[in-house]
Amino acid sequence: MSSVQTVSPGDSPGPVARALAIVARQRELSLVAIMIALGIVVTIAAPQFLSQSNLTQVTVLAAIIAIAAVGEALVIITRNVDLSVEAMMGLVAFAVADVLRMHTMAAPEAMAFGVGLGLLLGLINGIVVAGLRVPAIVATLGTLSIYRGLTFLVAGGKQVTLTDLPDGYTDPAQATVLGIPVFVVIALAIVALATVLMRQTRFGRQVYAVGSNPEAARILGIRAGVVVFTVFTLCGLLAGIAGVLWGIEFGTINAGAATGVTLQVVAAVVVGGVAIFGGSGTVAGAALGALFLAFISNALILLNLSQFWLQAIYGLVILIAISLDAFVVERVRRAGARR
Amino acid sequence: MSRLRGLVRWEVLLAIVLLGLILAGTSVSPVFLTSRNFSNLISAVIELAIMAPAMTLIIISGEIDLSVESMVGLSCSVLGLLWASGVPLAIGIPIVLVIGLLGGLLNGLLIARGGLPSLVVTLGTLALFRGLALIALGPRGISQFPPAFTQFGFGTIPGTPFPWTFIVFVVVAGVIGIVLHLTWPGRQVFAVGKNAGTSRYSGVRVARLKIGLFMLSGLVAALAGVVLTARFASARADAGQGMTLTVVTIVLLGGVNIFGGRGTIPGVVLAVFTLAVLGNVLRLANVSAEIQSIAIGLLLIISVVIPNVARQAKSAIDRAIASRRPPAGSIDLSETAGP
Repeated sequence: MSSVQTVSPGDSPGPVARALAIVARQRELSLVAIMIALGIVVTIAAPQFLSQSNLTQVTVLAAIIAIAAVGEALVIITRNVDLSVEAMMGLVAFAVADVLRMHTMAAPEAMAFGVGLGLLLGLINGIVVAGLRVPAIVATLGTLSIYRGLTFLVAGGKQVTLTDLPDGYTDPAQATVLGIPVFVVIALAIVALATVLMRQTRFGRQVYAVGSNPEAARILGIRAGVVVFTVFTLCGLLAGIAGVLWGIEFGTINAGAATGVTLQVVAAVVVGGVAIFGGSGTVAGAALGALFLAFISNALILLNLSQFWLQAIYGLVILIAISLDAFVVERVRRAGARR
Repeated sequence: MSRLRGLVRWEVLLAIVLLGLILAGTSVSPVFLTSRNFSNLISAVIELAIMAPAMTLIIISGEIDLSVESMVGLSCSVLGLLWASGVPLAIGIPIVLVIGLLGGLLNGLLIARGGLPSLVVTLGTLALFRGLALIALGPRGISQFPPAFTQFGFGTIPGTPFPWTFIVFVVVAGVIGIVLHLTWPGRQVFAVGKNAGTSRYSGVRVARLKIGLFMLSGLVAALAGVVLTARFASARADAGQGMTLTVVTIVLLGGVNIFGGRGTIPGVVLAVFTLAVLGNVLRLANVSAEIQSIAIGLLLIISVVIPNVARQAKSAIDRAIASRRPPAGSIDLSETAGP
């Protein structure tokens, strides 16, 4: 995998950019290394870690977060942030469950409706940020509250339970293809598509350009507004997919679905090596970050540690990851200056 | 000068909105103008009101603090834990205030010395502080606080409709307002928000100032936690959840520029009352809490969009005047557009 990445031609001209790219690659490798080490420790302490059912559960949850994290990574690479991801997922998950409960749609149509709804919500974020020039943090803090409020309004205190859903609707959560959970296959496909989008297309290069230097991007004739609008829309689309999968995974859905997920998604992106200053990082890294967080959460459960520790650990992981990034960037800058 | 006029106009606009809401309130319910309702209305937002002036300083200086709601929770949690283990409140309260200062110091060091973006650092400490609150108290709730303490929480100053906790708000807002608008350090806050680089070259110790601001923010958040504990006569680790959004909404509604450099404490105080009255009127009109959350989200976005649009309109008008475009052009356009 690393040999494929190192030959990627001509996307990083300067020595500093090349050095940064190497660091970013090391981040993904080091994440894998930490996960393997963590996996060995957990397996020794709790052998059920490697059981088929446990691995399925961990990777299925990680897959859902990873899909949302891919969208968030696109947004963060452009130097923006989308805090409304959890509210988009919650609204989509509940809306899909609700139309299924009322039999207004068959399962495939309902899923398509959910993904479309996510796209629409992301489109609204994109209009507010790129069109109305509202800073992303304010815009998405606002839509976080609006989308969640809408969910509670639609739900009206009700929840949709497993028995309200069509028979077999939640089966895909357990299904596998060649031994790999279907959700993981979906996530891998999305990561692969997004990687191609970011590495091989003009749009991908524009996303990086807007994030690394908005002024320069503008001078080069890149329409930053269009790029930012598009990444927010894509983020909504992916949150929509993640919301649909969330509904399939949990079956029982209330208006509070996916509360707190934004933190996990942003943590996954930051841990995965996407620089919060924009302009660098990969969607694959963000997905790996999601897997890493799911591993930690699972390890806490298996080692009988309190779930109360999880929040604090997520917080620490975010702080450590961004501190490391800043440290590495500073070192690289100094090395560049010396040369 | 024109900028000053612009700010005055924003506050006048806000005052008019507030008056309109008060009129709406009196027509919605005869209860509205009672002193009991007034004290309820203030009490309902008192913690937000206490935190808003410090958040104002942070946003004027060009940063943001998302961690305040978790510091409220940590303060409640530790205060409850200390009280439950026999520590008197006279010692417990100073301890949680120190924790607030230390939490703010952590934010400030990472942001000002580490050069990390406040958005992600405080997203990290948002999780970290909440995690620590959960670790400290777990799912328990601590009650049976001494009557003098709870009386401070929900009693009113004899002969007035003002709750005791209102004094805390008046002192915090008064001191911060005087320091911001009438002293040299206050001018430095504006200078740093307008242009941190220039401020540094002019001899402002930017890092020290920002660390101080984050410590202040942590301190008042811990204070808000104490007030919340007194008001509910109970301490829980999940206290304060969702407050950050509302505090930021209040500050931006008060006319503070999200990009830093501009804003006033009187504007933010007006915004506190506007939001308090809005919430109260909606409650009296039996509007559901979901609609209120949607309204707050919309307010947040609108309070940024309106000044943006006004600025764009003003610069467009300035350009039009500068180029002395004859007004006949617009008339031509409307004539040709007609069928």
